[in-house]
Amino acid sequence: MSKHHHDHDEGSRFSDVELRVRALESLLVEKGLVNPETLDKLIDTFETKLGPRNGARVVARAWVDPDYRQRLREDASAAIAELGYSGMQGEHMVVVENMPQVHNLVICTLCSCYPWPVLGLPPVWYKSNAYRARAVADPRSVLKEFGVKLSEEVEVRVWDSTSEVRYLVLPERPDGTQGMNEEELAALVTRDSMIGTAKL
Amino acid sequence: MNGVHDMGGMHGFGPMERERDEPVFHYRWEARTFALRQACGALGKWNIDMARHANERIPPAEYLAATYYERWLAGLERLLLESGVLAQSELATGRSAGPAPAGLVAFPPEKVEKAVRAGRNYRVDTPIAAGFAAGAHVIARNINPTGATRLPRYVRGKRGTVDRDHGVFIFPDTNAAGQGQKPQHLYSVQFSARELWGVEPASKDRVYLDLWEDYLEHA
Repeated sequence: MSKHHHDHDEGSRFSDVELRVRALESLLVEKGLVNPETLDKLIDTFETKLGPRNGARVVARAWVDPDYRQRLREDASAAIAELGYSGMQGEHMVVVENMPQVHNLVICTLCSCYPWPVLGLPPVWYKSNAYRARAVADPRSVLKEFGVKLSEEVEVRVWDSTSEVRYLVLPERPDGTQGMNEEELAALVTRDSMIGTAKL
Repeated sequence: MNGVHDMGGMHGFGPMERERDEPVFHYRWEARTFALRQACGALGKWNIDMARHANERIPPAEYLAATYYERWLAGLERLLLESGVLAQSELATGRSAGPAPAGLVAFPPEKVEKAVRAGRNYRVDTPIAAGFAAGAHVIARNINPTGATRLPRYVRGKRGTVDRDHGVFIFPDTNAAGQGQKPQHLYSVQFSARELWGVEPASKDRVYLDLWEDYLEHA
């Protein structure tokens, strides 16, 4: 009776896909092809070391330092590496600048390409069928859904990440922030503003 | 391939579903799947273009029914089978049927941080002449390869302008097929939204794609 109970509990606790992943991991570990500590370390890296706070520091530096902004324009990968951010899915960076008459939006219609070192892993909506399908053909309706309304005078530039080049949007510095230091400015910068689905 | 993954311009997927304070992974199995993909990729049995193409080859109905990390899992299983790392019987039973192929070593945890920070280099330092200069008028070729390609359907046959030359890069179409890197120039090419989508978009709007030399011809 208690055995039955136990099985029932197990059955409701693990979904089919979860069991499939556990089986695959244990098989690969048994064969000496995967070290589970490597998996723990990878997960920790992506959960705690990478994320949009990195990109926010790049943006804030560009706002306060015109020479840095120029280096970002000329070789974004090198300029971003100056702040300690580099690596997988950010090997070949390009920074695109928002201006009063230009708004940039980054997408990946074919999969989910995204600049990991500066933004971390992408949110679910970025990887969704809806965003991949719509943002390239009708960016203004997508932006409106995100609460960004642009006049017809503003040129929308959509960047479809079809290669290993990764794009980061440099949002415009908000008005009224003249007195802020770099750290305070970085705190204003949101993930979505660096994808292009938000303005600051 | 003209797969369902090539979604640019499709209709009917509804609104974006956004989540406040979204976690990096929603379930532990998603995190494990992500990490397994990276750790198995480090075995060196396939390259990034083969890995992407494994996901693209998930049958269309399954692809659409799957969540993001379910696609990653299905792609990983496919890669492990096709590269001979695992046998079908092992995947089916979850039990090892023998030793792993010789020479394959599990990626060690102490090298993770360095590997993530280093990434890989997809640029190739081979001097190859560029067929197009910034400002050149080009047409994206109307080709329909059945293998991997990074030339989306929505841009084929359309006229654009080279915005910049990114340099010489590995060509995914051959790299995914195990037919070599075929290094060539990669360009950022600008298309007017109206060239791609007709008269409805705002006249100033532009779409930029990164396109390889082999995808382009002079307009």
